[in-house]
Amino acid sequence: MSRSARLALSLTALLVLVLAAPAWAQGKKDAARNYGIGHAATPEQIAGWDIDVRPDGQGAPPGHGSVKEGEKVYLDKCAACHGEFGESAGRWPQLAQGKGTLASNDPVKTVGSYFPYLSSVFDYIRRAMPFGAAQSLSNDELYAVTAYVLNLNDIVDDKFVLSKQTWGQVKMPNQGGFFDDDRDKAEKAFWNAKPCMSDCRPTVKITGRAAVIDVTPDEKTQKRGGVE
Amino acid sequence: MTEPTDKTRASRRRFLVGAAGLAAAGAGGHALAENAKNLPPNVPDWTRRLGDGVGVRAYGNPSKYEKDVVRRTVSWLTATPESSVSFTPLHALDGIITPNGLCFERHHSGIAEIDPNDYRLMLHGLVDKPLIFTLEDLQRLPRVNRIHFLECAANSGMEWRGAQLNGVQYTHGMVHCVQYTGVPLKILLDQAGLKTNAKWIMAEGGDAAAMNRSIPLAKALDDCLVAYRMNGEMLRPEQGYPVRLVVPGWEGNVWVKWLRRLKVGDQPWYTREETAKYTDLLADGKARKFTFEMDAKSVITSPSPQAPLKQKGFTVISGLAWSGRGKVSRVDVSLDGGRNWRAARIDGPVFDRACVRFYAEIDWNGEPLLLQSRAMDATGYVQPSKDALRKIRSVNSIYHNNGIQTWALKANGEVENVEVG
Repeated sequence: MSRSARLALSLTALLVLVLAAPAWAQGKKDAARNYGIGHAATPEQIAGWDIDVRPDGQGAPPGHGSVKEGEKVYLDKCAACHGEFGESAGRWPQLAQGKGTLASNDPVKTVGSYFPYLSSVFDYIRRAMPFGAAQSLSNDELYAVTAYVLNLNDIVDDKFVLSKQTWGQVKMPNQGGFFDDDRDKAEKAFWNAKPCMSDCRPTVKITGRAAVIDVTPDEKTQKRGGVE
Repeated sequence: MTEPTDKTRASRRRFLVGAAGLAAAGAGGHALAENAKNLPPNVPDWTRRLGDGVGVRAYGNPSKYEKDVVRRTVSWLTATPESSVSFTPLHALDGIITPNGLCFERHHSGIAEIDPNDYRLMLHGLVDKPLIFTLEDLQRLPRVNRIHFLECAANSGMEWRGAQLNGVQYTHGMVHCVQYTGVPLKILLDQAGLKTNAKWIMAEGGDAAAMNRSIPLAKALDDCLVAYRMNGEMLRPEQGYPVRLVVPGWEGNVWVKWLRRLKVGDQPWYTREETAKYTDLLADGKARKFTFEMDAKSVITSPSPQAPLKQKGFTVISGLAWSGRGKVSRVDVSLDGGRNWRAARIDGPVFDRACVRFYAEIDWNGEPLLLQSRAMDATGYVQPSKDALRKIRSVNSIYHNNGIQTWALKANGEVENVEVG
């Protein structure tokens, strides 16, 4: 074989090798890359799941409901757990009253006393209530029952009709009750690179005991959570 | 987590039913029932007979003798088991990894059982191309493995007003630490393309609570994962099968399980779970919101009320520490209720925002001790005493109680959850 023929052969072999080699897809770190994976979501698909509502009412569906209509929905589907007047039946969440208790020894957090926005209530009912029958209310029922819960809290009057149009009229009493996490300032003292190691406090006394309170479940009689 | 709304004192029984105490210890120091026919010089049955063959235990379970090492509940805490919590048996575990079947559970409307063929993740809002991913799509994308702790914001929430529950499983058992496999959330957001005004994302579950939480976009792009595996196997249904969000270092509630939807927006949603719940009420009636990071925390898991000492002499104190702000840098242990401290020995790997295991070895002569541990993290944060925390936050916060735990070790080896002053 001539020298040029040998060269041509080896070049061909090299070419074949290059063509047959798998493509290494690993890109540069952190570089955004389109993998061509994922399917376009259609407006119809999105509409079926897009249930969130923001404080400004963005996402609120069409429809409306009055306090009076809401009373019927509420007594039908909510009162068994939350109580006829939102006072709670047993250990289920209390929905009404509690105003003026947040700074007390026994704060009662309800829609009227604690929730900052109408959407915080409405969005939650829309996605998770009634408990055990989530996302079963019609839009009109949803507006109505929310209006009734607001009415239980004296936030709207008996004649109120809740809808996207009247959304902005609802003023929640505790809207100003929250502030951004400030632990890095308010608890700055906890960033203390050299904590005390010896004689850090005077003699230590026991001031409380869990056994006295005795609310711990009994391991032998309790139903097991199960190792599956 | 749910507040202890009803103070029904259901169980009045003594808790330490398993603790025989030092007095009952036999010559060998083994207090629990032993069978002489299995002990030398006798040859026990298990040495003479064939055992189960392979395949009999197609998915293996722990030994039947470990049947008490299970998640447990506190019945008076919540109105219904579908919206409730079960606790990790920390007293019975070691190392840093929690076995999948023992990871605490917190559901708001029960466990969704999702057919992986019908699983879909929707990504939309302020993006160029709204997308839907199948589980297979997610598994084709680049994946990473990360070990992180997950702590419920309400872990230790029942202890704000004082020592209440007598067991580390109940005081601290809303934490677990596993290895997640998943797609960095940034990769998914890149596939859809973010609009320039994107600032927050909302994550939503596909269960009957459709739990939704707002997360700042910076965190989503930094280190969040859309995970489908834990400790190598697919997520357990209780932990969000087939897909959950992993939000390293942040309160468990934002790690949305059964993840079905991610929506990009320009402001937070102020959902019920980030307003009425998971906000930290202070003494003046105002509440902190978006308290995402879990502060550095530690606890001695053994000895503890469910793991009493049975013998005097050499003893290993064992505990767990974690921080939502970075690596745990040091853990100190005190034997006298916080008067004097000594650095504990951290053993095993130390990962960013993961549990670490610490040990302190002592020679115990039977004198009563007040055991405490104190974690420090890479940011210089030192776990505070409960009183220091209460001085700032009072006792109505429910969430984010990372105060130092005190266990009273008594002369008979029993351990009790106590408060010190």
